[in-house]
Amino acid sequence: MTKEKSVGIVKTEYFTFAEHQHELKLESGALLGPITLAYETYGQLNQEKSNAILVLHALSGDAHAAGFHSGDKEPGWWDDLIGPNKGLDTNKYFVICPNIIAGCKGSTGPCSLNPKTGKPYGLSFPVITIADIVKAQKHLIDYLGIKKLLSVIGGSMGGMQALQWVASFPQCVCSVIPIATALKHSPQQIAFDEVGRQAVMADPAWADGNYYDQKEKPLKGLAVARMLGHVTYMSDKSMEEKFSRRLKDKNYSFKFSADFEVEGYLRYRGDIFVKRFDANSYLYITKAMDYFDLSGNKLIHSDKHLDVRFLVIAFKSDWLYPAYQSQDIVRHLKIKGIDATYCEIKSTYGHDAFLLEVEEEAHLIKHFLHKTFKG
Amino acid sequence: MDLSKTQIDHRLIYEIIQPGARVLDLGCGTGELLQLLAEGKDCKVQGIELDEQAIYQCVEKGLSVFHGDIDSGLSEYPDKSFDYVILNQSMQQVKRVDYVITESLRVADKAIIGFPNFTYLSSRLMLFFRGKAPITPSLPYHWYDTPNIHFLSIADFRYYCRVKNIRTLKAYFLGKKGLVRFWPNLFALNAIFLISHDKLQEN
Repeated sequence: MTKEKSVGIVKTEYFTFAEHQHELKLESGALLGPITLAYETYGQLNQEKSNAILVLHALSGDAHAAGFHSGDKEPGWWDDLIGPNKGLDTNKYFVICPNIIAGCKGSTGPCSLNPKTGKPYGLSFPVITIADIVKAQKHLIDYLGIKKLLSVIGGSMGGMQALQWVASFPQCVCSVIPIATALKHSPQQIAFDEVGRQAVMADPAWADGNYYDQKEKPLKGLAVARMLGHVTYMSDKSMEEKFSRRLKDKNYSFKFSADFEVEGYLRYRGDIFVKRFDANSYLYITKAMDYFDLSGNKLIHSDKHLDVRFLVIAFKSDWLYPAYQSQDIVRHLKIKGIDATYCEIKSTYGHDAFLLEVEEEAHLIKHFLHKTFKG
Repeated sequence: MDLSKTQIDHRLIYEIIQPGARVLDLGCGTGELLQLLAEGKDCKVQGIELDEQAIYQCVEKGLSVFHGDIDSGLSEYPDKSFDYVILNQSMQQVKRVDYVITESLRVADKAIIGFPNFTYLSSRLMLFFRGKAPITPSLPYHWYDTPNIHFLSIADFRYYCRVKNIRTLKAYFLGKKGLVRFWPNLFALNAIFLISHDKLQEN
């Protein structure tokens, strides 16, 4: 994507709240504060403050969704979707993307300094839920003076947050776009997360989460967790297309080095991930996903008719968040008489499709938002 | 609303439906009829469609549509969620017709069913004289590429309604040049029925 079609140079901003005696009460009952949220915005908020869209990131995402940080060659993680005349058209809409609490990209998380001790929280950081993440985002939206969001949108864990917005603040959203996500984590999804957490915790350098002032960091464990994650984000077909059985060198090494391209790719992915991500954050965020459960009547709990529209998107080859989970969301909406559109996009990319199969996704989002905005 | 360029079956269905009604179109295709009803009659419309490309066109038109098959798309709706269910040219393609019609009359007061008449005169001639599976303007497929899995006549559908205690509120029969009034089972290419449960009176 060229810079001309992007929102250009952007800067991350910071908002701090929940100061002393106003701490945020978490679902667990624990208090957290002060809390800083890193966030970015693109486009202009209109006078009526009716064109704001909240973009919610997935497990390893951050506030930098679009445009370029000064000096960077790579744009934000959803730059294909966010920008002038794109799916989320920044000529029309004001787009906000916050980093979640418990993250490690500028928002308060286990690697932040605990003001009470002057040391990083580590495992003394409270366990948080998706509802807590959304509750913190509501403070940011209030701070920006927005009463009702035109839309909340996200893929994977971002989709869970979008759904949680309806459950927690139903009057504050006009529309919801949950992509490649679920009403609740299935045992298979919990299982993959648990293997990832065990990989981190099995690394001796993890040291019960107290590694911030240590020389050795639990990089190996986190890298293995990420390698497993990447396998679940692709599909059998996309891996065949990307790697097949191609070798890195001409012959087998007859050693345990990375012979196959797929091995090299996963090792590379693991290695670059640990440079930008915190192992404890990985534990906290995956736990928040596993606790997520809006099944039953929890998504829309009021019997009063709710004036909100949904665009639910799934991808055919996504086996980590299979289409049946999106259809389950749709079933709930039908029962409640909520206006909704559902599309299962043909793609071979697996779960990663929500970041890669942008053309069809953008087409649906653009027209859906237009209808929501114009009525 | 100018309907002069609208295809005749859509025009008839448009006339049947009351303004402001809640409408579910099963097999809504690219959404022309639903768009007509939403814009011209202020109906609250919802479509179900299997074809992915058609879904994109529906969303372009600002319509709400579910991507999926008709057979499994109805069961979650509470009773009487809609005023009308439309099954126009899609009934002959669903697997469980009886189930879909029963479900349609559960989730809506009335159903509008449009289907090609298998016993149109030229079909009969093709079968009788040439001994070949008929191809007509309303059934334009070869036996090997047809999406239709059920073939029925107007008389068949009337018989079905009688057996199932379904009341026919209105029926329209379409030939090559507009409405057919005499011997529709012989001269109509397509039929459109407005049906409801026996106890329901029109309006």
